[in-house]
Amino acid sequence: MEQRPTFSNEPRGGERPPVSIPLSGPGARRFGTRIEKPRDVRNTLRRLLSYLRPYRWTLVLVIVLVVASTLLDLLGPYLNGVAIDRFITRRDVGGLGKIALLMLAVYLVVWAMRVAQARLMVAMVQKVMRTLREQLFGHLQTLSLSFFDRNPHGDLMSRLTNDLDALSRLLAQNVTELFGGLLSLVGIVVMMFAINFWLALGSMFVFPLMLWFTGFVGKRTRQGFREFQMYIGKLNGELEEIFSGQRVILAYGQEGSTLAKFDRVNAETRDVGIRAQIYATLIPPLMGIFSNANIAILAGLGGWMILRGWATVGTILTFYNYSRRFAGPLRQLGDLYNQIQSALAGAERVFELLDQESEILEAPNAIVLDQVRGDVVFDHVNFSYTPGVPVIKDMSFRAEPGKTIALVGPTGAGKTTMINLLSRFYDIQSGSIRIDDVDLRAYNKASLRRKLGVVLQDTFLFSDTVMENIRYGRLDATDEEVIAAAKLANADQFIRRLPQGYQTELSERGSNLSQGQRQLLAIARAVLADPAILILDEATSSVDTRTEQHIQEALLRLMEGRTSFVIAHRLSTVRGADTILVINAGEIVERGTHAELLAQRGFYYHLYMSQFKGQVAMQV
Amino acid sequence: MKSLLRLLPFMKPYRRDAILALVLLLGVVFADLAIPRLTQRVIDEGVKAQNMTVILNTALLMLGVAVLESLVSVGNIILSVRVGMRTAADIRSALVRKVQTLSFGNLDRLQTGQLLVRATSDVNQVQMILMMGLRILTRAPIWAAGALLMLIFTAPSLAWIWLAMLPLLFGIVLLFMIKARPLFLIVQQKLDRLNTVLQENLAGVRVVKAFVRAEYEKQRFARANDDLMAQTIKVLNFVVFLMPLMMTITNLATVGVIWFGGNLAIEGKLTVGQIMAAVNYMIFSLFPLTMLINMIAPLSAADASAGRILEVLESEPEVQPPVEPRRPTITAGRVIFENVCFSYNHGCADAVLNDVNLVAEPGETVAILGATGSGKSSLIHLIPRFYDVDGGRVLVDGVDVREWPLHDLRSQVGIALQEAVLFSGTVRDNIRYGRPDATDEEVIAAAKAAQAHDFIMAMPQGYDTLIGQRGVNLSGGQKQRLAIARALCVKPRVLILDDSTSAVDVETESKLQDALDELLRTQLAHQTTVFVVAQRISTVLTADKIVVLDKGRIADIGTHAELLVRSPIYREIYASQLGNGRQ
Repeated sequence: MEQRPTFSNEPRGGERPPVSIPLSGPGARRFGTRIEKPRDVRNTLRRLLSYLRPYRWTLVLVIVLVVASTLLDLLGPYLNGVAIDRFITRRDVGGLGKIALLMLAVYLVVWAMRVAQARLMVAMVQKVMRTLREQLFGHLQTLSLSFFDRNPHGDLMSRLTNDLDALSRLLAQNVTELFGGLLSLVGIVVMMFAINFWLALGSMFVFPLMLWFTGFVGKRTRQGFREFQMYIGKLNGELEEIFSGQRVILAYGQEGSTLAKFDRVNAETRDVGIRAQIYATLIPPLMGIFSNANIAILAGLGGWMILRGWATVGTILTFYNYSRRFAGPLRQLGDLYNQIQSALAGAERVFELLDQESEILEAPNAIVLDQVRGDVVFDHVNFSYTPGVPVIKDMSFRAEPGKTIALVGPTGAGKTTMINLLSRFYDIQSGSIRIDDVDLRAYNKASLRRKLGVVLQDTFLFSDTVMENIRYGRLDATDEEVIAAAKLANADQFIRRLPQGYQTELSERGSNLSQGQRQLLAIARAVLADPAILILDEATSSVDTRTEQHIQEALLRLMEGRTSFVIAHRLSTVRGADTILVINAGEIVERGTHAELLAQRGFYYHLYMSQFKGQVAMQV
Repeated sequence: MKSLLRLLPFMKPYRRDAILALVLLLGVVFADLAIPRLTQRVIDEGVKAQNMTVILNTALLMLGVAVLESLVSVGNIILSVRVGMRTAADIRSALVRKVQTLSFGNLDRLQTGQLLVRATSDVNQVQMILMMGLRILTRAPIWAAGALLMLIFTAPSLAWIWLAMLPLLFGIVLLFMIKARPLFLIVQQKLDRLNTVLQENLAGVRVVKAFVRAEYEKQRFARANDDLMAQTIKVLNFVVFLMPLMMTITNLATVGVIWFGGNLAIEGKLTVGQIMAAVNYMIFSLFPLTMLINMIAPLSAADASAGRILEVLESEPEVQPPVEPRRPTITAGRVIFENVCFSYNHGCADAVLNDVNLVAEPGETVAILGATGSGKSSLIHLIPRFYDVDGGRVLVDGVDVREWPLHDLRSQVGIALQEAVLFSGTVRDNIRYGRPDATDEEVIAAAKAAQAHDFIMAMPQGYDTLIGQRGVNLSGGQKQRLAIARALCVKPRVLILDDSTSAVDVETESKLQDALDELLRTQLAHQTTVFVVAQRISTVLTADKIVVLDKGRIADIGTHAELLVRSPIYREIYASQLGNGRQ
């Protein structure tokens, strides 16, 4: 049987708010390179820099080290030339020894500087990343539920992982590479011209060609990849659909048509990919070839100049090595452009997330809810997830302290939404919801929610021990209190039968427990939290009879003395409720006790009878 | 590298291209290696001998070599990209094809998400390594070996410097493999931990908010975050120490050439041109080793990916098509379970179903009731052979399902699975998914019976409305009703509803039942046997037979009235759903 996620964040049924366009970004992130353009480079850079400010002295040091090591590195080829011209051709062994030692020293110093510079960068970048991750995560905690409804989790995850990854690469590698690369390009040109002007001019012949070529291929690559990306998105979508519908495909014997459709997309993607990839692969080797061509020019021109006495053999060797080094940075610059662009686009998405404001705002002088009687009033409440599509229409009712209110009605009537509003997961558009005669919006959010106990139909468990999962209800509870709560919730028995009892680690989302057991844990959690107002979304199905009775008993115990709202599926809850609100299409169509409503022979009667087809009526 | 090598046969159709790519690669290496040698000629024979013709001719030759190299190189790129991409597309296709032959048992083990990763990023990793393999990976050793040969050929007296550097480089490689790789693994674990915290936070956002646990969550995250940072810094510090060292060793080797070569030149045993060529060959022969080190990580990642791909490709379908298929003479929809025992891990000891005997006559409605885990879904999954029995047999119209041609069997059976999966496309296409040639009238009739017609007509384009990833969002109940319509549309002899109305409200469900009865009794030309798995007792009340399952065994079979009298389990379920009031 297909594993279903055990917790769904979306309100069920027709109440689900339409999922709007995610903040940005294509869905296809599974394949490597993606090429995007940031929208506001300056602003993004400025914000990025603000994260580096605390490390400005480190940065200065890094810059100094990069400059020094690049320049020293350029000294190598020059010294090679000098060794040949001054010492080898002049047969000066002593001098040759000295210059060899000098070269040795230069290379070792360069290495030490590179290590130092890289280590400084590593520490700095990792710290910045930690700060960003922390900020992002912290910020996510302040956002309202509607935000999470709108934005797929995959997209949010991707911002905290992929986008930050790209950003850390940008800071750790790309920027230093860019800086070092540009510096050595300039350095090489300067050195060449300083050593031998005419020979340098000759070497510059291929330079514009290289530049033009990098630009040309780079542009093609970006175009190609943009198209490739689109096809990859399509292919991923196709695969996702095939694999998640695999059982249906088998059940209906549609393997053939599935494959035909897949083959088409697969082949298209492959062909587009070949084109894009060829361009992307072209630059590095061709750069090497350009430098070989340059060496040919050097050999011809240089040889001729040596004959004329305008150059030396050592100069040729120096130029030779320089022109080999030339290709490297130039090639990097081509790659870097793409990487920097997509890293900046990632940074933009990260900042965009940080800029999201919570739609549920705290009142300026929020009242901290302390003692609660549990008097709940809905006063002409109107609410919609999307403007123009009302989900709750002009709803009014009152729940007196300690009473149980059952919400009954077809799927999509608005029951879950009512509960979401009461927890202030969403704010209403007009009317007011009051607890103890004070509008919900005037309370401090955290203190409000602390007084509300929510037991949802799908229980969410964290990968931690059973003990910690229950303790989630009240963090300062002692082990004894946790166990007491578990006993009250009828969960103690089964917990003790688990391999390590309360210390049993739950696997991801508690998948090693049955749904009924998970629900008992949720009840234990709520018992521990000891809320003044209880909100229950009863489970409909999938629980065996004995567990169901355990849950039932535990719930009844929990509800005692608290104002309780129950989305009711069980007849017992419905019958026992002080008031039943029959909800249909966002409105209360009937209200009263079970007996009253049956007597009315209206919507409730109909609903009730259809459930039991008259067979039960005799027993009631 | 074992797994990667086992994927190599996929390159077979493109072996001509691949071989040609390698030949061209040899050309590239050859050209690269020729250049220093030609430079040496310019210096030694041209400059020294004051011979301008040699200089000019050699320079032109070098230019020619560069041009030739560019052509050869472009050819190599085109070929290797083509081979890599095509092979990868074939591997992906083989994966998807393989999955089509697998049975539910295999799919249980290979979950959807995992399959997706294998067909996307794993195949991608292999593709990258194939393309790199045809270019860099094979080029590096050829280059190194060629450069070494040229070094020995050019200046044999300097070749020992290369040998001296070798242990140093290998030491670094070894250090990297032994020390850095375990560290990288730990980073990966820390990263996984961070992602788990994040994912749980997102998935449990309601709980976090309801219990006001933002601060606690932040602490949890901060711990994982700090761990990750510390570990990452540790690894990277090690890497940034080693990587520049490789380059430094190459540089040291060139210093060696200058010093020792210089001394030899002073003694007149070497020419300046030879020294220059030797410097270059030294760099050429050591640099590829650096390249190879950089390839270690992607190579082992690709190997792991190849392993995961092979796991799917080599999994044996648990349900095999019959060797000698048999078709029953009449198809009426009679289903018989004979002493059936079944378990998901094969072996009747720990069986999910035990000794099940059941007969469903054509046209009967059989309801299956029981606690979670009592084997309800397992029982009905045996009919279309989603799984095979471990003992006993299941007969449809007198023929063992294992002897039925698979496709024929499944087209007799319409099933609405517990989780209603729809495909992107129009509503109409989804309903006639199992029978693409169904007429519009048939589609509408099925939708009406499934109580889907009204909400379909309320959608912007009615039956042409796009649903799925890029279309309208449906509620759980709506999806289930479409899945039922889809099952009805194939006009099956055996209809299976596997708890397929759990998200449909009670009122709609009861309408659905009436309409279904109507459709099955009057509109279809043949009788249909119906199996209903349900949690709600209201769903099963009118069935011809109610099967009460308890821990994989049939506890009782009868009508509602009979069972109410004689089955304690049935009474218990019945009572629990009707409840025994709070007050």
